[in-house]
Amino acid sequence: MEKKDLKYFAKVHSIDSFGTVDGPGIRFVLFLQGCNLQCKYCHNRDTWDINGGTYKSLDEIYEKIIKYKNYIYPNGGVTVTGGEPLLQVSFLINLFKKLKDHNIHTCIDTSGMVAITNDIKDLLNMTDLVLLDIKHIDNEKCKSLVGVGNSLELNFARYLSDNNISMWIRQVLVPGFTDDKNDLLKLKSFIDSLKTVEKVELLPYHDLGAHKWSALGINYELKNVKPASDKDIQRAKEILGLT
Amino acid sequence: MQFKEWNGFKTGNWQFEIDVRDFIQKNYTPYTGDHQFLKGTTDKTNKLWNEVLELYKKEHESKGNVLEIDEKTISTITSHEAGYIDKDLEMIVGLQTDKPLKRAIMPFGGIRIVEKSCEAYGKELDKEVENIFHNYRKTHNDGVFDVYTPDIRRARSSHLITGLPDGYGRGRIIGDYRRVALYGIDYLIQEKEQELDILDVNEFTESIIREREEIREQIKALQKLKVMASKYGFDISLPASNSQEAVQWLYFGYLGAIKDQNGAAMSLGRTSTFLDIYFERDLKNGTITEEQAQEIMDHFIMKLRLVRFLRTPEYNELFSGDPVWVTESIGGMGIDGRTLVTKNSYRILHSLENLGPAPEPNLTILWSENLPENFKKYAASLSIKTSSIQYENDDLMRVTLGDDYGIACCVSPMKLGKQMQFFGARANLAKTLLYAINGGKDELSGKQITPKYEPITSEYLDYNEVMEKFDQMMEYVAKIYIKALNAIHYMHDKYSYEALEMALHDKEIVRTMACGIAGLSVVADSLSAIKYAKVKTIRNENNMVVDYEIEGTFPQYGNDDDRVDQIAIDVVKQFLTKLQRHQTYRNSKHTLSILTITSNVVYGKATGNTPDGRNSGDPFGPGANPLHGRDTTGALAVMNSIAKLPFPEAEDGISYTFSITPGTLGKTDEQRISNLVNMLDGYFKQTGHHINVNVFDRQLLEDAMEHPEKYPQLTIRVSGYAVHFTKLTREQQLDVINRTIHEKI
Repeated sequence: MEKKDLKYFAKVHSIDSFGTVDGPGIRFVLFLQGCNLQCKYCHNRDTWDINGGTYKSLDEIYEKIIKYKNYIYPNGGVTVTGGEPLLQVSFLINLFKKLKDHNIHTCIDTSGMVAITNDIKDLLNMTDLVLLDIKHIDNEKCKSLVGVGNSLELNFARYLSDNNISMWIRQVLVPGFTDDKNDLLKLKSFIDSLKTVEKVELLPYHDLGAHKWSALGINYELKNVKPASDKDIQRAKEILGLT
Repeated sequence: MQFKEWNGFKTGNWQFEIDVRDFIQKNYTPYTGDHQFLKGTTDKTNKLWNEVLELYKKEHESKGNVLEIDEKTISTITSHEAGYIDKDLEMIVGLQTDKPLKRAIMPFGGIRIVEKSCEAYGKELDKEVENIFHNYRKTHNDGVFDVYTPDIRRARSSHLITGLPDGYGRGRIIGDYRRVALYGIDYLIQEKEQELDILDVNEFTESIIREREEIREQIKALQKLKVMASKYGFDISLPASNSQEAVQWLYFGYLGAIKDQNGAAMSLGRTSTFLDIYFERDLKNGTITEEQAQEIMDHFIMKLRLVRFLRTPEYNELFSGDPVWVTESIGGMGIDGRTLVTKNSYRILHSLENLGPAPEPNLTILWSENLPENFKKYAASLSIKTSSIQYENDDLMRVTLGDDYGIACCVSPMKLGKQMQFFGARANLAKTLLYAINGGKDELSGKQITPKYEPITSEYLDYNEVMEKFDQMMEYVAKIYIKALNAIHYMHDKYSYEALEMALHDKEIVRTMACGIAGLSVVADSLSAIKYAKVKTIRNENNMVVDYEIEGTFPQYGNDDDRVDQIAIDVVKQFLTKLQRHQTYRNSKHTLSILTITSNVVYGKATGNTPDGRNSGDPFGPGANPLHGRDTTGALAVMNSIAKLPFPEAEDGISYTFSITPGTLGKTDEQRISNLVNMLDGYFKQTGHHINVNVFDRQLLEDAMEHPEKYPQLTIRVSGYAVHFTKLTREQQLDVINRTIHEKI
């Protein structure tokens, strides 16, 4: 693939003009290509490869977003997700500058597994909301589930809290992996220590993304794990004190 | 003019001439509050509705969903004695025949269709009726086929032009039924007599003679309407004196129309805000309570849900689910900036909660950015619960149509009492494109349908060459199409004139020749494939192109991509221009709709492989929808594509059917409502014209296919109207399920 100036070009996996679950109101959702984790349950396995995706220019993406201003202005905005969107931080700084100039709500859906660089700080200054997906509260289990420990994301959460940046905490509830009672209690006390958490969401694990793994010829390890049921979610919610 | 029935109303021009709009504007009370004032059902309503549900059940168990037929009595305004569901319980009375759900015969449109219908449901048409209509009385259908030319017949039988109202009633005329309530019949007759007087002129030309005859027919119809009402014990000579009478008088007007005409769409107009004035007066006087107001409206709605016509199974295949299009337009804004939403706009919607969801009446919200927030939310919440509402862009239509128009059928706006249309079904432009490639030979039958044009002989399709030939072929189709429509409407006026509906119109009316397009998205994608990818032709042994191979990718309609969306826009504009080159019957104004109803399935069946990669026989997208699965960038991208289609060139309406799972619309009820409101605001700001909103899970529909008995009231919206899902054919059910339901995992 040809080299592009990554301040003005993004590697894009896809876009969705109508998102309603990743942030408030109607969201224009930008899926960026490339991820630094290997979550065993990932339902967008095809977004991992850093060399995949298509280059799109800042202007092109911005023009696309602006076409939906009539729908997103009242309560919605733009959500960038992935893959891991923060891997393309220099592009996002420029995109968010433009969006904030036009008073469009900005949101990043991230695992927070990145170091807090000056670029990241700049970007978070222009971010109205972070959807922070805490992979696992236990460092060792985290490493086994997604490939790296959780210290970066816990730091990231702390940074958001200290700098008064709103966040929704999320966790994928994978039966047998993230639903241990003690872990959930630990997660709860961590969340309680943060000041800017607006919402906590448990996302039920499902296997509808499994076909994307097999399409890529990769073994799907969680083959025998059942999707999280309403009951599983209810139980976890109670432990987290969400009901 | 002064009637004691008008006591308490503010005076205005409406007292001196027929001017319903002026009456509404002077007297209505806009309502911006929420739905908390609404009341549930009364005991009477519950009892009566249970009896109706019982009747539905029997009907559903009957052959072809037809409970009973009166195969002897030719239906007219006065043909049947009074009929009731349960006389003591009914606040609003009147049935099309002497029993509920008993269907009448209406042979003036065509005798064959009546014979076929009777036969299909195990009845034999009365011998005397057959004798009369075969030997003595000519029908609309006979007239049309007397004059059809061979080229029209070929275009028709090859499905180049389809769904033409040449064997059935054209419908799509809305009588201003409010006039019956506001003025009473005697005054209306008096006005018509004056019109006759105006037509007492020295030059007795053909058009004067025709008009005089029509007005005389109108007067007779009004007189008959009085007789019809008297069978139910009502004298409607004078205006209605209270709200119950206002609903009753108005309904009698409508009832007369549906006894007189088996029209494809028999729409109601814009009645709820008009009626609110009567409810407000009674509520203020303390003569009724809110419970009683709702009861009257619920009983009115029940009557509208009982409207039935006798139609053939083939007709039902084309327009699935036995639709009547009792379209009621609700809300909108006045040109003075006040909202036309009233408490009664809520009451009529509330019937979906009190009586449960239903396809009829076809509840249509005239949406404006400026509608009261509370009303927007209430409508959205009902859409999510019932999938029984459609929305049309009042901000767009008000510009040319003012604030007293109504929707006929699905998407056709017309000024009430001042405008009518000649319904023209639609031309299959996807087939037109295939004819352009094959020089006018049908891709399925191999027959030469049009005069011989030069076919395309190259292996790969060249965009400019295809466009040139497509342009010529559209020119030809437009000519044949207008010829056919002129014949149809001449004969319909002559042999099956809608005297009562037209009696509830002004003397001077605007007529439109409402043409339509089917297969727009297929054409746009095909032309895009030819332009942006390489399309190789595959020929059969007779050297006809019967299939296509696409090399490369191309922009597809429904993704907000101007490269292809502009093609769709251009096709609409060009086709209208071509239609405009031809003179229309009664100098009606050429208009276009992009609406297929459910016939996208049938048209698709009759159309071969297309250059966009669609397979022979596969359904088209309904209305202006993209083809199934072509939209890959989400629901709003589809909306933006459709919203680009130009309403000024398609002023008979642009239909979009949108289906979404509840989870995709939002996580909580509150979020779903807010997102749907924002979505509708956005779509209409983008100048979208119409949208059907369905909110359901795929699993629910699949279950309903297997266990229809569990879902007697499951209603879904398809291309401009709503149907009971369980009444669709299996093919149509699959089309609905496979049609892009926006859902996310």
